[in-house]
Amino acid sequence: MSDFFRHSLRFIVLIFIQIMVLNHIRIGNYVNPFIYPLFLMLLPFRIPHWLLLFMGFGTGFTVDLFMSTPGLHTSASVLLAFVRPYVVRLASGAPLPESASEPTVTEMGNRWFFSYSISLIFVHHLTLFLLESFDPAHLSDSIYRILLSVPVSETLILLLVFFFQTSRKR
Amino acid sequence: MINLIRFIQKHHVLLLFLLLEFIALSMLFKSNTYHRSAGFTMNSAVSGVFYRIHKSMTDYFYLQQTNEMLASENATLRRQLAYQSSNLFEDTLSLADTIYHFIPARVISNNVHFRNNYIILNKGYTAGIQKDMGIISPKGVAGIITGVSKNYAIGMSLLHKFATISVRFKNNGHLANLSWQGGDFRFGQIDHIPTHLVVNKGDTLITSGNSHLFPEGILVGTVESYLTSADGALNKAVIRFATDFNALRQVYIVDNKHKSELDSLLMIRIDE
Repeated sequence: MSDFFRHSLRFIVLIFIQIMVLNHIRIGNYVNPFIYPLFLMLLPFRIPHWLLLFMGFGTGFTVDLFMSTPGLHTSASVLLAFVRPYVVRLASGAPLPESASEPTVTEMGNRWFFSYSISLIFVHHLTLFLLESFDPAHLSDSIYRILLSVPVSETLILLLVFFFQTSRKR
Repeated sequence: MINLIRFIQKHHVLLLFLLLEFIALSMLFKSNTYHRSAGFTMNSAVSGVFYRIHKSMTDYFYLQQTNEMLASENATLRRQLAYQSSNLFEDTLSLADTIYHFIPARVISNNVHFRNNYIILNKGYTAGIQKDMGIISPKGVAGIITGVSKNYAIGMSLLHKFATISVRFKNNGHLANLSWQGGDFRFGQIDHIPTHLVVNKGDTLITSGNSHLFPEGILVGTVESYLTSADGALNKAVIRFATDFNALRQVYIVDNKHKSELDSLLMIRIDE
């Protein structure tokens, strides 16, 4: 129950930051950070894949509702949810230890979490920006935006993760 | 049959993924204004419902601005009311005769960044809205209705290739046509100004009333700059729109009760 509460709270906080702060930030017309995928990244390992897909759909749809972009964030989040188990396998390189329950920095280590999160953010941003412009003529523009936005989003996500890590230990 | 069930059991995650992705993409292609060329219709239940929920969620954030705007509009109306009631004695006849009605509506979707921009409103033909009615914002002229469904209407804003409106210089009464050349959503342009006309920065432009879309005298914009052409031909002027298209929320749709009558009269004149 406390797990459910923790994840719900995280969902609300992340969506809130995304809508109220980050959506109003556009650095140099190219950088457009998105941190709400962190919610999907931090769900427990044992969550059934189908439930993860529904979570992805719900998260994306909520963001879409606030941004007036029907289907855009939904498609990116569903894809992220779909590839997550494969990225977990790829990042670990070996079967997960039995003790592992959540893909967090504390349990999996800095290096693991970095490769895990940046892969997922890349998949998410790639889908998002390509679908958003949806025009071969703007392909180079979209790629530029992806390459610039991914590091910014990743940095924000790592900052958030480390921030909450220390505060929980206290 | 058993094979089918086994197949679904085995691939249920992939199938669910494809289903959810299909729903998301069909939402994207059906209702995103950018993808309108791919067969967008206003009646699309998905987009109508989507924008209504979106509106009800985001409206809250704009309450203060909307309040301030309504308050200032109230003030203007009060001033007009005071003025009218002082003239009431001699004006009763013309008041009863008023041919323009205003239907309030709210903007549920609006763009300013494309070459042709559309406004979607939350009232349709059940509220008496028809094609070719004018849209005005509390600050000035905003657009023209181009399509109506049961509960929604879509109109082109002045930021559209085909939105040319007939305007009048308030100080000298000369007529001109205002259009938008793309680019900055704050500025429109008037071409073909006769050289003898004196135009100054800050001159006010109002609707001419010639098109019967808008009542005469609605604010359209002010002259931002005046460009004299080098070869002594007709001049141009850049106009700052009175309406802030990027902040459009509350609008009024102009219903001209005599429009069909005027139109049929115009047809007779053409026939002769």
